[in-house]
Amino acid sequence: MTKQQKHRVLASAVLILTLGVAQNVNAMHIMEGYLPGGFCIAWGVICLPFLWMGFRSIRKSLNENRRVLPLLAMAGAFIFVISSLKIPSVTGSCSHMTGTGLGALLFGPGAVSILGLIVLLFQAILLAHGGLTTLGANVFSMAVAGPFVSYGIYRLCQKGGVNKRLAVFLAAAFGDLFTYCVTAFQLAIAHHSDVSVGGAFAKFLAVFAPTQIPLAVIEGILTVLIIAALETYARPELRAAGFLKEER
Amino acid sequence: MKKGTVIALIAAVILIAFIPLFLLKDAEFGGSDDAGSVVVEEVDSGYEAWATPVLERILGGELPGEVESLLFCIQTGIGVGIVAFFMGRFVERKKQGRGD
Repeated sequence: MTKQQKHRVLASAVLILTLGVAQNVNAMHIMEGYLPGGFCIAWGVICLPFLWMGFRSIRKSLNENRRVLPLLAMAGAFIFVISSLKIPSVTGSCSHMTGTGLGALLFGPGAVSILGLIVLLFQAILLAHGGLTTLGANVFSMAVAGPFVSYGIYRLCQKGGVNKRLAVFLAAAFGDLFTYCVTAFQLAIAHHSDVSVGGAFAKFLAVFAPTQIPLAVIEGILTVLIIAALETYARPELRAAGFLKEER
Repeated sequence: MKKGTVIALIAAVILIAFIPLFLLKDAEFGGSDDAGSVVVEEVDSGYEAWATPVLERILGGELPGEVESLLFCIQTGIGVGIVAFFMGRFVERKKQGRGD
């Protein structure tokens, strides 16, 4: 077998295994009907300004330079792929990654809220994964809070002179992890009739966080890899998106 | 990035993803969402989920497992298709020396 053939076999084996493992219905997101009505509406309203901001930011970057369109499509597609792969974790349950870090680094956190909304709608309607009533809450955790943390960490690392690859890794991994912390928080403030809010938060976090840590590491690595690939092959687009500084 | 690093990173991803499967032979690997609804039961015992997913309402029951994996595959396929299409274009463009 040539090297290339080996790579292909490996890649298809990974794909088959991953899809074969992905049997369980619900891996993440707050399920349909699991938040009281008031909370559903409140989270939805909180998301609106971010979505508006995202819409404007996408329109602006496309107007400035059509060249970023392939990158935008790839960032959205990355979320699509990554959030469809449910991966076994050390705690004995499965979860999936968010994939929102990449888009946040390339286009800023606002744009990702729109990309995330599309993915969450797809999953809520067709896959009974997440839900329409809990859409607002899920958009907030996955497509607003996580990307903002990613973006913030990346910016901080840049200022602190941290190695760029490490910065990308940290941004993607912690953005992913933070999404689940927000989900735990959203569940805790809605469900704490038997214990205190803090107690409920700790319990939800204990369910989500340990499962998510290895996956956050995977997401960090994958984001580093795809950014490295883009830096090799798509420098003009990265410059157009403002991710790389102008060199001329 | 060097080729060796890339391969090492990919290997790391695969290991992290599949080692739990072999280490925890008795685990069910259910979704952490299901675990989430169990906790809801614990901390808020009176709560009843008040909505069911649209598709389940139309079908009058849960989506069959096989069909669900089909939909997940479609989702993955759409994503991979888009990423691979543009990546292929970028790579070819660079090969022809028109990239940068």
